[in-house]
Amino acid sequence: MTDAVATRDALRIVGQPVVRHDARDKVVAATAYAADWALPGMLHAAVLRSPYPSARIVRLETKRATAMAGVAVVLTAKDVPRNTLATDVPGQTTAVGPLRATLHVLAEDRVRHQGEPVALVAAETLELARDAVEAIEVEYEVTPGVFTPEAALAPGAPPVHGTGNLLAQWRIARGDVAKALAGANVVVEGEYTTQLVDAAYLEPESGVAWIDSDGVITIRLSTQVIEHFRDVAEVLQVPQNRVRVIGTYLGGGFGGKEDVTVEAYLGLLTLKTGRPVKMVWTRQESLLSRAKRHPYRLRYRTGANAHGEIVAQQIELLADAGAYAYLSALVLLYSTVTAAGPYRVPAVEVDARVAYTNNPPTSAMRGFGAMQTVFAYESQLDRVARALGMDPVAVRRVNALRRGDTLPVGQVIETHVAIPELCERAWAALGPPTAARAPHIKVGRGLACNFQPYGRIVWLHDWASAWVGFEMDGSLVIRCGCPDVGGGQASSLCQIAAEVLGVTLTRISVHVSDSALTPLAGTTTASRQLYMSGNAVLKTARELRAGLLGVAAAMLGGDADDLDMDEDRVVTRDGRTLAIAGLLAECARVGVPRSHLGVYHAPAGEPVDLATGSGKVFPDYTFGAHAAEVEVDTETGLVRVLGYAAAHDVGRAINPQSVEGQIQGGAVQGLGYGLMEEVVVENGINLTTSFATYLIPTAADVPDVRAVVVESGEGLGPFNARGIGEPPIGPPAAAIANAIEAATGARITRLPITAERVARALGLLD
Amino acid sequence: MNIRLSLTVNDESRELLVPVHKTLLEVLREDLDLIGTKHGCELGECGTCTVLVDGAPVLSCIALPADLQDSDITTVEGMADGSRLHPLQQAFAELGAAQCGYCTPGILLTAKALLADDPTPTRQRIREALAGNLCRCTGYTKILDAVELAALRMGQRPVRAMT
Ligand code: FES
Ligand code: FES
Repeated sequence: MTDAVATRDALRIVGQPVVRHDARDKVVAATAYAADWALPGMLHAAVLRSPYPSARIVRLETKRATAMAGVAVVLTAKDVPRNTLATDVPGQTTAVGPLRATLHVLAEDRVRHQGEPVALVAAETLELARDAVEAIEVEYEVTPGVFTPEAALAPGAPPVHGTGNLLAQWRIARGDVAKALAGANVVVEGEYTTQLVDAAYLEPESGVAWIDSDGVITIRLSTQVIEHFRDVAEVLQVPQNRVRVIGTYLGGGFGGKEDVTVEAYLGLLTLKTGRPVKMVWTRQESLLSRAKRHPYRLRYRTGANAHGEIVAQQIELLADAGAYAYLSALVLLYSTVTAAGPYRVPAVEVDARVAYTNNPPTSAMRGFGAMQTVFAYESQLDRVARALGMDPVAVRRVNALRRGDTLPVGQVIETHVAIPELCERAWAALGPPTAARAPHIKVGRGLACNFQPYGRIVWLHDWASAWVGFEMDGSLVIRCGCPDVGGGQASSLCQIAAEVLGVTLTRISVHVSDSALTPLAGTTTASRQLYMSGNAVLKTARELRAGLLGVAAAMLGGDADDLDMDEDRVVTRDGRTLAIAGLLAECARVGVPRSHLGVYHAPAGEPVDLATGSGKVFPDYTFGAHAAEVEVDTETGLVRVLGYAAAHDVGRAINPQSVEGQIQGGAVQGLGYGLMEEVVVENGINLTTSFATYLIPTAADVPDVRAVVVESGEGLGPFNARGIGEPPIGPPAAAIANAIEAATGARITRLPITAERVARALGLLD
Repeated sequence: MNIRLSLTVNDESRELLVPVHKTLLEVLREDLDLIGTKHGCELGECGTCTVLVDGAPVLSCIALPADLQDSDITTVEGMADGSRLHPLQQAFAELGAAQCGYCTPGILLTAKALLADDPTPTRQRIREALAGNLCRCTGYTKILDAVELAALRMGQRPVRAMT
């Protein structure tokens, strides 16, 4: 279908920085988050968690806890109808083969990481529930664990699960890397280390469950994935149509609420007690037990010719999955595909492995494996440029992918690649250089690019559906199963429908994220909701419009193609109008539907070839370039970010205000990753389970982020938009490292870039 | 053990009997049904639960009502004047300074106290005043913009800090 309203000039509401429909509720605190919900007779729940990273459960006794006054129920593994939770779609990896990622809802005879759930309690008050958790008696026999992927893969390492500790391995190879490296003018070798970090949304995992009419177990919670209702049904061994998940507006997700959190526990407790149950994790619990971002070791050999063109990259990645698979195999696939960066590289070898350990489990987090690689490939490229005396923009310009190029994995890039323009604009947005304040203060600038897939892997056959309908008074209702994590997902759907159907924004009501009442639209992950639900609403609204304009054409005379919908009316070319309410009354009279359910299917494909690791993997990519100016105190190693600009080609900005918000917020999360955040784990014990020890950026830590929004008019989303949820978190760590080298000559290869590490690199400590 | 508590909350006087160990956050959310005040850590480390006590920002998750006898408390529910938003609320909504919105109540109240103290704060002063309120979504730029816009509309022009 050709896009009749794809040019920017023709758009009326799409492209405007409109105030989001949920903005007022949020500033008056009328948004009912998951923990704000309460029901009569509601119980409160708590979880008993393992204090050990690796142990056998020798004895588990709940009698004393169960007997306590006010305790409704205590559950252990044996009380769970099916104690297995699938944490992954079936996947496959090049060297390990088919993968089934499962975990126990409650630990059986072994615990594999600190914080692993062992038992559940529901009681009349939260205090009582916590007291009962204390009263459960568990005897553990500590067993040897493995705490680094290197140790996990060493011969004779204790197996975390029954099998070996290699969870997944991906390999891709293109061209003759050894030969290309031998012929290169410069070869740069680097080893980089990235750390374990936490999504650290401000709203802890929370929800309330109850049994609704007809026995439907209803769970209202903060989740990015309402489709987990099926997983809960499997655990409870009830039909899937007897579990309903209502997703609330989230207090942040960032991937951390993609896997199952409280819903299986709540389902079990409400089923066993017949009463409403609430579960809210403490911050400590959240930081202790939630799946985090994978730490990586990345080894790169990069060869370039005299023009700065990369001729080969040899890449070896090793990631820590922690104790359970979750989404690790797919995270690793994202790393593998993006490992060589958004550049033309004729010869590439990637060998990527992820191993089980007894560390906290790792899974999805904004950037999803396409992030750790940025730190390595952008550091490498800067070193190549430095070796050849090239400037950072020039080296990226000569290497940038172009439309029609083929990625090492064999995927052809089908849309515009704006890397050169993004580099120039981000660099220019820093403005005139800042002068150093004192002789021991050095100022420097760095640049880093990235590319991030948006939309799910093509062989997952992604789809999204939406329902759009008019009420008789001309107001419009949108129903779509899309969870709103705070990025303006629901609001963008309103703008898209308003654009097509000519309805005033304030006359639209949008219902999202209810597995029983909104058509399913898939997960709010993988930067896919604007792309997928946006396309679903666009398609549905267009189909609805066609039916309505058929009736209008009969009323007004003439051809439906000559009619437009604008300002709650139908308008003819010669300026005659028909009020929408009049048209709807006529539709009712002649029996034409005023609502429509539509489904959007993303372009699908076959799995990559397991032998060669080759094929199309993602629908498309979003490209970015970030520029940073830092000052480094060469006496202390302290780094301060003076200026920051982040440019992304978003194809088309549906709501520029929301796009800027994603870019600024993502960039600051990326600065946190680059400069301060680290979950410190020693022998499997997490030492950073509060915001006093797990530091995220405050307003005083970061500069303003200048968001540069570039609209190439090319992308697979509605009105040619690209996904922008994840991309902005990718480049900051590398941009900072590159700026530090520009300022001081010291190259930092380990995250986070703390003052101590900089001081060490400057030779101030040993 | 319970204590009898007398407080003024959002300009209404309230008398209530609460267990001594309950925090102000719990009293607000559970006894007064003022659920606009959120919690992010309950350890005094994130600023999410900030309310105003006699005009000054206080972390309600670590404040004990027993110490607050007869004080004057403002929560986010007390900011708007009927259906008219406070200029800070208006600016936050217009500029997209609330994304997920979970940090917003605490930040609005901290900003309100700042503007009462300094109607024309520099951007740097705003940064410092908000440094105890974490936000994981916005990167702070739009929050700072919104506080500046509100200050401007409240009749005083903020002086922009040199950056
Ligand atoms: S909830 Fe009070 S400071 Fe975090
Ligand atoms: S808007 Fe989400 S934490 Fe601030």
